[in-house]
Amino acid sequence: MTLASMKRKYEPRKVQLGPDGERVATSAMIASLAAEGYDTVAAPFGHALLEMAKKDEKIVGLSADLSKYTDLYVFAQAMPDRFYQMGMAEQVLMSAAAGLAREGFNPFATTYAVFASRRAYDFIAMAIAEEKLPVKICCALPGLTTGYGPSHQATEDLAIFRGLPNMTVIDPCDADDIMGMVPQIAAHDGPVYTRLPRGKVPSVLRQYKPDYQFQLGKAQIIKDGKDVLVVSTGFMTMRALDAAKKLADDNVDVAVLHVPTIKPLDTETILAEARKGGRLVVTAENHTVVGGLGEAVARTLLTEGVTPGFKMIGLPDEFLEAGALPTLHDMYGLSVEKVVQSIKGWL
Amino acid sequence: MTAIRRQSAASNVSLERRAWNIRRKALLMGEVQGQGYIGQALGVADVLAAAFFHVLEYRAEDPEWEGRDRFLLSIGHYAIALYAALMEAGILPEDELETYGMDDSRMPMSGMASYTPGMEITGGSLGHGLGIAVGMALGLKRKNNPAFVFNLMSDGELGEGSTWEAVMSGVQYKLDNLVCLVDFNDQQADGKTTAALARGREEDKWAAFGWHTQRVDGNDLKAVVAAFEAACKSDHPGPRVIIFDTTMCKGIKFLEEREITHFVRVEADEWAKALTVLEEEKPQ
Ligand SMILES: Cc1ncc(C[n+]2csc(CCOP(=O)(O)OP(=O)(O)O)c2C)c(N)n1
Ligand SMILES: [Mg+2]
Repeated sequence: MTLASMKRKYEPRKVQLGPDGERVATSAMIASLAAEGYDTVAAPFGHALLEMAKKDEKIVGLSADLSKYTDLYVFAQAMPDRFYQMGMAEQVLMSAAAGLAREGFNPFATTYAVFASRRAYDFIAMAIAEEKLPVKICCALPGLTTGYGPSHQATEDLAIFRGLPNMTVIDPCDADDIMGMVPQIAAHDGPVYTRLPRGKVPSVLRQYKPDYQFQLGKAQIIKDGKDVLVVSTGFMTMRALDAAKKLADDNVDVAVLHVPTIKPLDTETILAEARKGGRLVVTAENHTVVGGLGEAVARTLLTEGVTPGFKMIGLPDEFLEAGALPTLHDMYGLSVEKVVQSIKGWL
Repeated sequence: MTAIRRQSAASNVSLERRAWNIRRKALLMGEVQGQGYIGQALGVADVLAAAFFHVLEYRAEDPEWEGRDRFLLSIGHYAIALYAALMEAGILPEDELETYGMDDSRMPMSGMASYTPGMEITGGSLGHGLGIAVGMALGLKRKNNPAFVFNLMSDGELGEGSTWEAVMSGVQYKLDNLVCLVDFNDQQADGKTTAALARGREEDKWAAFGWHTQRVDGNDLKAVVAAFEAACKSDHPGPRVIIFDTTMCKGIKFLEEREITHFVRVEADEWAKALTVLEEEKPQ
């Protein structure tokens, strides 16, 4: 094969301008996910882990040269003797976490979602998951949360880890989820993979449901509604809630069922909600439509003979573009406007 | 083994000036975005100047020319540096400079093969370049193509197991057409590289594996050129590595002196200031 036969996009590309004619810049690696109208919490994972570590001496932290970029630095700075800098070596990161777990410790290992799911997968599968070791793998840059292109966009991590026996798989929405989740996964005696919003993380769920508490393995209705049931995970729950507000102006009443734990899936709640007749069921995830929440929900419904109208919002089965995050979210249907449009189109 | 070649001979622009031009273009791109891995670009500019204007054989108008030396950027985040060099070499049109990192630009912030002429491989996930370079060096030998494969990698990548697999593979297949360039800036995301996995004696490690090994000051152009010459002309029956010790932000004093991190912050008004400082030291 010659290079020329590879798919290339060499032709000069037209620079797109923003609404006021300004240039749209790629968002920085360090940028937080834009979420207008929400308060934010700085590094909720790091602070929650530090709190837990004060109570549980077995907790140790490891990172593969990304403690600064996964909020683990908060723990690492406060408890330097319980933090292991593994260098940029994701494979030994996972193997060593397995070894520490074998010796009775409760390791939290961080990197980016792409590197855990792609480079380190075999080490997670055999050294951690097969042995049911309580290693907590916490990974920043979930799904489409950077404009850096496919190397940093973990669009298939949920599918990968869902396919792995013994794993608990979580896609938290916001700071409330993360702070509620850390003590529960610390107490969980088995392997966990969680996505990790990092930096300034919005607090969303409690704005809609002040008494919201993350519960491992449980889906929860955040907002009820008569016309549409959105079953969402990760930051798509925030998008769904924002879209529901807009759709209310058009007299479309949207319920939002937040499913932060992808595996094991809370099939009981999902089935109960889907059985409340007459509502279009829409799944929404920051992940490829292949093998994520949407397909898991579809299987749950079909095998139980529950067949409401069913649609999926998620990323296409493609390597995504590089660019500014708002542009990409719009392009791939994850922006509030696109969610509103999709739902209206399906009604 | 072919000797060092052509581009520089064909031009009367000095290598110092080439390096300066690369630094200037990188700063201009950084200014467009208000950010970028400028510390790395300034640090590696001398190595790129020597590579593109003294060592590599290529045709600017045909970046996929079969006879070209392959130059792999294993470190996608250094793309801003390579774009500057590709523009200086006439492979990328200079009038696209202002599109750097913009939506729909051919120059995304992280280097990708499908976007940019002259970008041989897709980077971003570190630790890929050297393995691909091994395969390309094998492929060139199969085709009796005398071109070299150069792989530019970072010191952070010395931590990845995949790097060392490729190191052994290169020796197994006696790849004397493979030259690995390591930008040793003693920096990675969480801090100093020498505080993580590469704790010194790097050149001894490569040598012990059977590589032709050199370690030089990567910001001393004469030393850089000499190292390239030695690497390409050596009759060592295997692959070659040059470890370049470089200074991040090299050439812009006020940036060199600030607390250096993986992602050096440059304030909005500092891009112009950096360009002014550079202007004062313009070589012939
Ligand atoms: C496989 C992989 N792991 C982690 C990262 C995240 N990351 C991006 S740059 C970087 C630092 C790598 O070291 P180096 O390239 O020497 O950094 P620099 O000199 O540019 O600071 C890391 C860990 C990555 N891109 N790829
Ligand atoms: Mg480095």
